[in-house]
Amino acid sequence: MTAGRRRFPQRLNTRNGRVDMTHGSGGRAMAQLIEELFVSHLDNALLRQANDQAAFDVPAGRMVMSTDGHVISPLFFPGGDIGALAVHGTINDVAMSGARPLYLSAGFILEEGFPLADLERLVVSMARAASEAGVPVVTGDTKVVEKGKGDGVFITTTGIGVVPAGVEISGDRARPGDAILVNGTLGDHGVAIMSSRENLQFETRMQSDSAALHTLVADMVEAVPTIHCLRDPTRGGLATTLNELTQQSQVGMKLRERAIPIDPAVTAACELLGLDPLYVANEGKLVCICDAQEAAPLLQVMRDHPLGAKAAIIGEVIEDELGFVQMETRFGGSRVVDWLAGEQLPRIC
Amino acid sequence: MKYVEEFRRQDLAKRLSAAIHDAVEPHRQYNLMEFCGGHTHAIFRYGVQDLMPPSVTFVHGPGCPVCVLPIGRIDNAIQLARDEGVILCSYGDMLRVPASGRNSLLKVKAQGADVRMVYSTQDALRIARDNPQREVVFFAIGFETTTPPTAVAIKQARAERLNNFSVFCNHVLTPAAIQNILESPELRDMGSVSIDGFFGPSHVSSIIGSQPYEFFAEEFQKPVVIAGFEPLDVMQSALMLIRQLNQGRHEVENEYTRVVSREGNRKAQSLVAEVMELRRSFEWRGLGLVPYSALQIKAPYADLDAEKRFQLPLIQASDVKGCECPRILRGVKKPTDCKLFGSVCTPENPMGSCMVSSEGACAAYWSYGRFRQPETPRESAA
Amino acid sequence: MCLALPARVLSVDDGTDMAVVALGEVKKEISLALVEEVQVDDFVLIHVGYALNKVSPEEAERTLKLFAEAGLTREIPT
Repeated sequence: MTAGRRRFPQRLNTRNGRVDMTHGSGGRAMAQLIEELFVSHLDNALLRQANDQAAFDVPAGRMVMSTDGHVISPLFFPGGDIGALAVHGTINDVAMSGARPLYLSAGFILEEGFPLADLERLVVSMARAASEAGVPVVTGDTKVVEKGKGDGVFITTTGIGVVPAGVEISGDRARPGDAILVNGTLGDHGVAIMSSRENLQFETRMQSDSAALHTLVADMVEAVPTIHCLRDPTRGGLATTLNELTQQSQVGMKLRERAIPIDPAVTAACELLGLDPLYVANEGKLVCICDAQEAAPLLQVMRDHPLGAKAAIIGEVIEDELGFVQMETRFGGSRVVDWLAGEQLPRIC
Repeated sequence: MKYVEEFRRQDLAKRLSAAIHDAVEPHRQYNLMEFCGGHTHAIFRYGVQDLMPPSVTFVHGPGCPVCVLPIGRIDNAIQLARDEGVILCSYGDMLRVPASGRNSLLKVKAQGADVRMVYSTQDALRIARDNPQREVVFFAIGFETTTPPTAVAIKQARAERLNNFSVFCNHVLTPAAIQNILESPELRDMGSVSIDGFFGPSHVSSIIGSQPYEFFAEEFQKPVVIAGFEPLDVMQSALMLIRQLNQGRHEVENEYTRVVSREGNRKAQSLVAEVMELRRSFEWRGLGLVPYSALQIKAPYADLDAEKRFQLPLIQASDVKGCECPRILRGVKKPTDCKLFGSVCTPENPMGSCMVSSEGACAAYWSYGRFRQPETPRESAA
Repeated sequence: MCLALPARVLSVDDGTDMAVVALGEVKKEISLALVEEVQVDDFVLIHVGYALNKVSPEEAERTLKLFAEAGLTREIPT
């Protein structure tokens, strides 16, 4: 790092300051924002080079790239915030191909008037998430939009990774007879978000499950390189993800309700609001489809990892040209778990 | 969760299933109508049909206040939000229901109208307190279960002098709807629709009591069992209906005794009576004009009546051509009988209320039942 | 009929006529305007933020017994 004259006469006022249009205009104010807020916290060698791009060598192999826009509201919620979520979400998207995530980029669209204290809080959270995951944010961008044209902050993250040889994970590879596994309890994130929304006002200990799944995936892929499908059930919940997979693979599925892990607090919150936990968002969960014989060893590997302690086999893939996801209910009857039509809304009847 | 999970036990379900299989008489069909959406939901969500013998059929009735609200009233709500610039507070259920021109509250919200989802009338009151400069209208819907909370809000608004608060009242009455179904021309025709018995609504009954159903049982000679809405309640109630039918009885029985009494909740009833009164008639989607079937706000509270405050016009709107909601609501047709079902009309692109509302027969059928074999024919051999 | 659930009363505020109830471990504040004489540990049926009625523990037990007795006669061979 170079010593020498300070570039900015006064430090950024992260206590009381707010984002204004000069922070996006490319001048000194923007440079200061980038240096004192983004670079100082996200701190890594590539970012410190202060170029418009990051240059690096890539290991040989198949590259994977994924991008995600994060527009969640509220920005801060029990168990996380949009900064950490942005990091975890893109790491997970890359990891769902079986790839090892290498680098992230982050683009920020800031709304004029957004408190710098909140921005710093988010960036610190992002930095922590990236550093704990071992996947640095190596390049980024900042723009400012006029007040009223943004929701505080929107973050877009892009990630790249490399897939180990011999691993072919894709949504169209599910086959009749395959086992369906999840790594833990479903619906935690959605319920945590809802509990912090103003008009719903219920109290629960639920925290978002936002987490980077790539080390879990690495363990899984190492033990069973022939995994067929991996996907993280984010918006729309498990049900939506499973329906996507049945469509892509042209198969059906049969689930056992008893086997699906759901925290009692999530069950209670969903009862209260008239929601189905199978459709509630997750941010630290994955669905895995593998050959039936690989299921038991894979389950053990998952349970040995901190993010897979409650992993379970929840059903199997079957022949079904209509692509239905069926479920044997706790009650002994049968129901269909269909696509979600738009966002689930709390209901009164 | 106490008083919830015990009523979903699989072992007890097996027992009840065995008892029902034993109870049904050979060569006899039992068509049982569940009037309320919560029962439809329970039946589909838990797969109760799978545990019943083939001779027992559930007929899905006009069970949701969302489904029966005529399009014109939703158009009025949209007018309030979009043209009058009020803060329109609504329960989640109404937001996606398509009105005229395929518009909906959610759509006008996207266009800039201030539509806010609330869980309780208390939330609407709070919004009124927090926004003294704005008009706040609560879009009141629901059967007798949901009516007392609206009455409480009206009284509270009056007591607090919340002058910017008013209610757009669309509360409807269950007994009137049941009567209308029982008197429908299709029902009178021999053999076209036949309902042998009714599952009485769980929570409407907790307010109005079991007494109001005694009239139907007597007049129409059909048994009614007030049923709780957990799947075991539904099965036990089915068993009670089957037994009544076998014995030629037509009485009102109460399965949901842990919550429902004969006289109901007197305090809630009198609160409602203080603030609301019967409308001469009200249009129900699918049932046409039904006399003495809905409530309006009484004159002493007229200042809290959004219809008066904003002089809302009567809008006569019609269903999409080909939409069979009216007949599906009466149990005369099944979702699969509607030409629009599954082709033009889907949950993503609903044409009528039966598909939009999560309690609607079409939505329930789509989500839960589509993969089943077509149901057995519904003529009753009773 | 509508979505209504039994919840346990955790605390009552007579001044505001509100109570905090728990459904499993989820807590919510609801209005007692429609019921009378509600005490801590009572169970009430809640709907759109209001208690509609009390849930009777005795009747709940009786109902569950009815379910359990159903089908008992089937064990006797015909």
